[in-house]
Amino acid sequence: MLESRTPGGPLADKWDRHQFELKLVNPANKRKFEIIVVGSGLGGGAAAASLAELGYNVKCFCIQDSPRRAHSIAAQGGINAAKNYQNDGDSIWRLFYDTIKGGDFRARESNVYRLAQLSVNIIDQCVAQGVPFAREYGGLLANRSFGGAQVSRTFYARGQTGQQLLLGAYSALSRQIAIGKVTMFPRREMLDLVMVNGQARGIVARNLITGEMENHAADAVVLATGGYGNVFFLSTNAMSSNVTATYRAYKKGALFGNPCFTQIHPTCIPVHGSYQSKLTLMSESLRNDGRVWVPKTPGDTRAPDQIPESERDYYLENKYPSFGNLVPRDVASRNAKEQCDLGKGVGETGLAVYLDFRDAIKRDGKDVIGQKYGNLFQMYEKITAQNPYEIPMMIYPAVHYTMGGLWVDYNLMSNIPGLFVLGEANFSDHGANRLGASALMQGLADGYFIIPYTIGGYLAGTSLPKISSSAPEFQAARKEAGSRIHKMMAINGNRTVDDFHKQLGKIMWDYCGMSRNDEGLSKARIMIQELRSEFWKNVRVPGTDGDLNQSLERAGRVADFLEFSELMIIDALTRRESCGGHFNEAFQTDENEARRDDENFCHVSTWEYAGDAQEPVFHKEPLEFENVHLTQRSYK
Amino acid sequence: MTKTINITLKIWRQKTAQDKGGFETCHASGISTDMSFLEMLDVVNEQLTLDGKEPVSFDSDCREGICGQCGAVVNGRPHGPEKATTLCQLHMRHFKDGDVLAIEPFRAKAFKVVRDLIVDRSPLDKLIQAGGYVSTNTGGAPDANSVPIPKDIADKAMDAAACIGCGACVAACPNAAAMLFVSAKISHLALLPQGKPEAAKRAMSMVCTMDELGFGNCTNERECEAECPKEISIVNIARMNREFFKSAFFSAVM
Ligand SMILES: Cc1cc2nc3c(=O)[nH]c(=O)nc-3n(C[C@H](O)[C@H](O)[C@H](O)COP(=O)(O)OP(=O)(O)OC[C@H]3O[C@@H](n4cnc5c(N)ncnc54)[C@H](O)[C@@H]3O)c2cc1C
Ligand code: FES
Repeated sequence: MLESRTPGGPLADKWDRHQFELKLVNPANKRKFEIIVVGSGLGGGAAAASLAELGYNVKCFCIQDSPRRAHSIAAQGGINAAKNYQNDGDSIWRLFYDTIKGGDFRARESNVYRLAQLSVNIIDQCVAQGVPFAREYGGLLANRSFGGAQVSRTFYARGQTGQQLLLGAYSALSRQIAIGKVTMFPRREMLDLVMVNGQARGIVARNLITGEMENHAADAVVLATGGYGNVFFLSTNAMSSNVTATYRAYKKGALFGNPCFTQIHPTCIPVHGSYQSKLTLMSESLRNDGRVWVPKTPGDTRAPDQIPESERDYYLENKYPSFGNLVPRDVASRNAKEQCDLGKGVGETGLAVYLDFRDAIKRDGKDVIGQKYGNLFQMYEKITAQNPYEIPMMIYPAVHYTMGGLWVDYNLMSNIPGLFVLGEANFSDHGANRLGASALMQGLADGYFIIPYTIGGYLAGTSLPKISSSAPEFQAARKEAGSRIHKMMAINGNRTVDDFHKQLGKIMWDYCGMSRNDEGLSKARIMIQELRSEFWKNVRVPGTDGDLNQSLERAGRVADFLEFSELMIIDALTRRESCGGHFNEAFQTDENEARRDDENFCHVSTWEYAGDAQEPVFHKEPLEFENVHLTQRSYK
Repeated sequence: MTKTINITLKIWRQKTAQDKGGFETCHASGISTDMSFLEMLDVVNEQLTLDGKEPVSFDSDCREGICGQCGAVVNGRPHGPEKATTLCQLHMRHFKDGDVLAIEPFRAKAFKVVRDLIVDRSPLDKLIQAGGYVSTNTGGAPDANSVPIPKDIADKAMDAAACIGCGACVAACPNAAAMLFVSAKISHLALLPQGKPEAAKRAMSMVCTMDELGFGNCTNERECEAECPKEISIVNIARMNREFFKSAFFSAVM
């Protein structure tokens, strides 16, 4: 069932060879095809624009009022590319290897190699669009090193890299909208995938302003709907980030890959109150110059500047002398939790560690540090009312990214013919842990350079009878989505949607977060089942479904999180090893690092929906490593 | 230091674009000064919901000051009283116990109210569609380092490109003009070698579209610059005018 369709031949030649082997759609025929792209972030925006440029007719959907506001806009730190402009030993091979290793050897070699190859083209493309990357005085592009990499391969635009890359994709998209090749549907939420004769042929979406349900038919559907980190309620994701689109596709038969692989980012502003609606990331680039520490003695409540050097524990530098503060995210996060669990956490809640710029300012001067991180310092001060030039920042890990997602083959097509999945929404390239600055790279590689080829191969080689958007399959999907909404509205219970969402988030954070154990996971599963059943009896959704209703929008997303969270737990329970972002306490080395079990778990776990009352069915895609040697990750 | 305050809100309520709308009063009590303005509204909405009323509709997404989705006028100022701050990044520590806050949607001829504090800013997308891009297809771009760009030029382009498209400049302008928004895009692209070839055409097309969409004219009130959460400078408007005159001259001699 799980055919990865990885082309043969040497690793470095696979993509070239595959491009040649893929069937082409005759240029004159492209305009006869209709393609739906759900999502306008880096994955969806780049795909919609590039497909339209080729001549396809594209319909693009997003939840926000403008495609330019997709969550990709919030990415701060940068985008990797194996340009080796710094002459410091980078190469496509090294980026490939770092990504595979950083992902704890749980990604597909062929996909990751292609990603590293395409990274080079992305930067060229973005510069051609007018993306104002940072530059050196000589006029050439600047780079920095970024979480877990020992070479400087990260391109950036101040602390607003995601914004500038997305505005690039958005400008290309706008150009296609203007000439009528893309029809943009903002403020729409996809509520179901429509399949006809086993092929993905359209979607049902709700117009978030009028409340109307709309049917949209096409020859292929591309999902680029982002990650599901908001299952934890508090995360660095935008408020509307959700699992609905991918989860609905799962319920229609698409396999969900590695749902338990979530990334907890080490440098976020700590939680400060129960009213909090989201967590703010402090870019990982800060770890290039900031030093992480806690007081050596548990319970030390002195102000940081009162704690002498000899009483500070720079635990990352001590434990990992060769990577120090730059260890990968999962390692940095787990260590912060460990220090706080030991009672060495700082701040009002004891759930924070220091990120200190004192020494960097002493070394380079305030101006240099200000130039690099000024806007981040400003943002931190705005939120916390503390000045990081003078008082060390306080940080704590927060949910940030989801490596899991819909399973896709080498063509980025799911197991449902005609359903393609791009960006964070798919499971593909980051294995069990994503390296910094690699999500932007993946979204753009998928959208600009992979889907334009692979979708052509599908369309050219598939029989696609004409269908109408009023076909019975559409009516059925629409009816089902509508009746879910009516059911939710009719409950009129005593608890708000957010109240349920917060409780779910707390369960997931406590039991399916940074470290997991069987007992906690099993307990969480029951708690979720109970919460879900209470939701369907006691949620209160005010207003009507016939117009703009933000409570209703959230209720639908939370209802899906309440089901999907259980799938994450099932996946976590079945992976009897620790790897990357999945850390089961029963599987650790003597030094408390994740202990993989390559003999039994070197695979992608995927799940097939089998009915609401049934356990999902497990399928695995074994991962074969022909080019790298599996090692225990060590950052010592 | 964290403390809690009580404030009175006079919030604009309007069901649809056609509806007349008006202010409604509600009380926000026990508000932590560490909350953001939108978290305060979340708290108010939770209470309204539990009281059997309809919560206030307002837009937000990133809540980090970068997506441009949030925005409302607080006591007459788009995004509230703090300089260089979006509504989602405005914290309640800037308000006092007992304050009365009037909250209303961004007002402009080109922005229709959708509901409560939500407005339709799609005209801003239309402006970008009128030419806010470099006409380059995916693929075939030359090596990124083949054209060096002096750092100060790249920095200036970035200053202009930092616009988040929130529309506060339009709401702040007595003429509801979109000059700052349009000029920021025109400047960003005109400064870079990649955007130069189309600079004149772009300026002409975007400026004309601005008029068609019902945005007003610039009479140098500078309110836009003062309220811009990203501190986009009106120097961009001068740059835009230069590009526009070049293009007007160009089309006159053709
Ligand atoms: C704060 C932050 C900082 C980050 N910094 C970096 C960084 O420095 N470098 C890096 O490489 N990565 C970074 N990341 C990760 C990276 O930004 C994301 O993984 C990536 O941008 C996701 O892009 P995407 O195109 O897959 O999805 P998104 O950008 O999330 O876009 C999703 C799109 O789908 C639409 N959508 C979703 N659901 C539906 C639905 N049901 N119906 C209709 N439309 C829907 C949305 O409206 C949106 O348009 C960061 C992430 C965060 C949260
Ligand atoms: S919510 Fe994104 S800028 Fe305020």
